[in-house]
Amino acid sequence: MMRFVVAVLTVVLTAAGLADAGEKRARRVAVPVVKIEKGEACVAPTEEMRRDHMKMLLHQRDQTVQRGVRESRFSLKGCVDCHASRDTGSVLGKDGFCSSCHTYAAVSMDCFSCHSSSPEKEAMPKAAAPGRGQQDTLKAGAR
Amino acid sequence: MSISRRQLLGLTAAAAAGAAIAPGLRLIELVQARSPEEAASRLHRWGLLIDVNRCADGCTACVDACFVENGVTGHGRPATDAQWIRKLTVNDQYTGFSQSFPMMCQHCAEPPCVDVCPTGASFKRADGIVLVDKHTCIGCRYCMMACPYKARSFIHEDVTGQKPHAPRGKGTVESCTLCVHKVDRGDGITACAEACQRAGHEAILFGDLNDPGSEIAKRLRSAPSRQIRADLGLNTGVRYQGI
Repeated sequence: MMRFVVAVLTVVLTAAGLADAGEKRARRVAVPVVKIEKGEACVAPTEEMRRDHMKMLLHQRDQTVQRGVRESRFSLKGCVDCHASRDTGSVLGKDGFCSSCHTYAAVSMDCFSCHSSSPEKEAMPKAAAPGRGQQDTLKAGAR
Repeated sequence: MSISRRQLLGLTAAAAAGAAIAPGLRLIELVQARSPEEAASRLHRWGLLIDVNRCADGCTACVDACFVENGVTGHGRPATDAQWIRKLTVNDQYTGFSQSFPMMCQHCAEPPCVDVCPTGASFKRADGIVLVDKHTCIGCRYCMMACPYKARSFIHEDVTGQKPHAPRGKGTVESCTLCVHKVDRGDGITACAEACQRAGHEAILFGDLNDPGSEIAKRLRSAPSRQIRADLGLNTGVRYQGI
């Protein structure tokens, strides 16, 4: 009986300790702010975008550069046009759409050492036009 | 009276065929304005014809327009700053006769830059435009050494303020893209040709070398023209008249 009580206690305490560690980890890194600036919906469901956006971009990049296919559905330019912050006009920066998640996930991206992180100048007034500003804060650990 | 599915399909097909075939010119227009989902086709070969006699000495409208269009900025260091297009002045040392004309990537049919590229980053698109895929460029600069026209530049320093349609970045090689974004959009003109027209010189003509009805093909057919370094047999897409 005694042995059983000890085992149960150990399990409970370990679980609590793990949960606590998880919380602390989450708090140490700023949770990304995902603010959708423009448009009703993305080109694919959110879950798919979170998991596969890099595959879409990789595929589109070769299609565009090498074959001249400029279909805008999966283009990086398309991402930037919708997701650039209305305040900074960029997808980078502290709360930038791309950079805030990438900082959280510790995944470096070098797209924007060459590509513009802001929409085209002519497109800016459109981006700045009053639209729906959804706030969607990612929960820590939510994938 | 009701139309069966099969009849409707037949009618639609007939209507489409009629619309496409009846006005002959329309077909060509449709081909030029290719939809964004469509890949570049080898039916076209884009090129430039530069009339050196119309090119004004000291005018840099084409160079300026190119740099603005493609966001080509430098650091005030002419030795290393990127130059997609530049004005050359050639002198005949015996007679003193001098001419100036723009020089850029000649969009060769047999590009030496493509031959030497170790990663396949330097490539020729189906429609004859020679480009650098900067995603695979490792910045080795073999293409710069191979190019007889000194058309390519290496980016030595971080770049900011790029145009969305013209990504540029440190550690890669770049050159004239024949305003590929404008070509794909169906503008039918490059920034340099547009600027030259605006300046009133009309020395640069953009067009499809493969289309016998195009202005550029007609002019090439009717008057002598030259390839620079024709001895190399590269079959350049940029041709010169009046040199």
